[in-house]
Amino acid sequence: MSTTLPPEFKDLEQFSDWVLFSEGERYAKRLASSMDDMQEFYDAAFPRLDDALSYLDQHELNSLPAEANNLLYLYCSLVNVSFPVEVWRQARVPDSGAASMDCILELKP
Amino acid sequence: MPHFAKPAEGSWTAHYPELGTSPVDYRDSVDPAYYEAEREAVFKRTWLNVGRVERLPRTGSYFTRELAVADTSLILVRGKDGQIRAFHNICRHRGNKLVWNDFPAAETAGTCRQFTCKYHAWRYGLDGELTFIQQEDEFFGVDKSQYGLKAVRCEIWEGFIFVNLDPDAQPLHDYLGRFAKGIEGYPFDQMTQVTKYRANVGSNWKLFIDAFAEFYHAPVLHAKQAVQDESRKLMDVGYESLHYDIDGPHSMQSSWGGMAPPKDESMVKPIERKLRSGLFGPWDRPIEFELPSGVNPVRHKAWGIDSFLFFPNFMLLLWAPNWVLTYHYWPTSYNTHIFEGALYFVPPKNARERLGQELAAVTFKEYALQDGNTLEATQTMLESQAVREFPLNDQEVLLRHLHQTAHGFVDDYLRQKG
Ligand code: FES
Ligand SMILES: [Fe+2]
Repeated sequence: MSTTLPPEFKDLEQFSDWVLFSEGERYAKRLASSMDDMQEFYDAAFPRLDDALSYLDQHELNSLPAEANNLLYLYCSLVNVSFPVEVWRQARVPDSGAASMDCILELKP
Repeated sequence: MPHFAKPAEGSWTAHYPELGTSPVDYRDSVDPAYYEAEREAVFKRTWLNVGRVERLPRTGSYFTRELAVADTSLILVRGKDGQIRAFHNICRHRGNKLVWNDFPAAETAGTCRQFTCKYHAWRYGLDGELTFIQQEDEFFGVDKSQYGLKAVRCEIWEGFIFVNLDPDAQPLHDYLGRFAKGIEGYPFDQMTQVTKYRANVGSNWKLFIDAFAEFYHAPVLHAKQAVQDESRKLMDVGYESLHYDIDGPHSMQSSWGGMAPPKDESMVKPIERKLRSGLFGPWDRPIEFELPSGVNPVRHKAWGIDSFLFFPNFMLLLWAPNWVLTYHYWPTSYNTHIFEGALYFVPPKNARERLGQELAAVTFKEYALQDGNTLEATQTMLESQAVREFPLNDQEVLLRHLHQTAHGFVDDYLRQKG
């Protein structure tokens, strides 16, 4: 599967490994990432959130072209890393030990 | 100093004198024998919510539910007549599990014209009728009309599918009582954007309900979730509910919820400000409608959320920004259960709404992970039996009621059994 972003978001292409289509994969990548990695992704992607929203809004949400769809899922990953980056300074939520929770039904699209 | 009025008796707990105010014995959460009694007395006799009708959109749509607590697996299926039925997932020939995919213990879903047993190909219609016996003339006069699938009581309230393993149970609507009446008309059918989470939790099922039936813990246990100033403020104020109510085995609390949108946006995380969403859900209502009379029952201006517990294990949370959260707790042993949380939204109209829903869902998960982990810590220490009785405060009134209700069912059952 192609993970290429729309040309307008060339600057985020280096983070295309965060284009992940399930919550489980996004969460697993977060746990496997260093704070530095997540900070770098966040610092690049967060300031472009408004641009991404405007770009995505040019399309019908339920029939996004592949590149736009990738962009949407890149930003789902941004949502996932925002917790450690903005508040906890660690990949796992504090005081959660080994607890785990699986997403068994994903939001659409 | 109370911020919100309490009943004339002086406390919520005193308003329900049968609850008493003495410390509560938690042996009901650590005793394997008591758990066995609960399975019979509670889970095999009460109405259990197993999903919503949207999961069965067409004729032949089906899903299975593993009910370890009641030692069975069920098939839920929509028939040719549009009717939703429930059956024990067992073949009448020699007891094979009828519907499963690769792993017999895993739940499955799909659409079919009929059910065919993997073992010797007996076939059943969507209404449970036995329609085909392989090599029928080898049998000794098996009357097919007597060998249909074993039906289970199945009734629907506002699109929520319930089953009851007790053939003599009272009708679902009577069982659900006053709270259900008061919610009727809520547009659940418009909230078809769903995400679901599941977790194995190392605690008795009642302990997780306890954790969601009081918000007294929220400013403390979840302190590290909020930005620091906000967190300190929340802890200073503590938690008080707007309103508690009890109806037979069921209970509810109505709570304030000033976070959607927050009064002071600097108190929330940058991503929340951007996406206008967070723990209390997306800040902007996707649709407008008049709340049914049982929702925000005291019509408080600061209202944020109602949390209903339909005994034994179905929690229904209705949020001010018009979305819904459900919790289910499925016991697997006296000290383990499967927790399921599902968020229901109106489908997003644009990318901001979609990402706002993502943020609400992930936030829910992070909070639930903290709750779940704490429960394992509680369970292991309760099992030490070093302390058996615990003082519950007025904001924990519904816990008192939950444990007492379960005891009532168990006592009745043991009495009947003699
Ligand atoms: S057990 Fe089902 S056909 Fe034999
Ligand atoms: Fe909690």
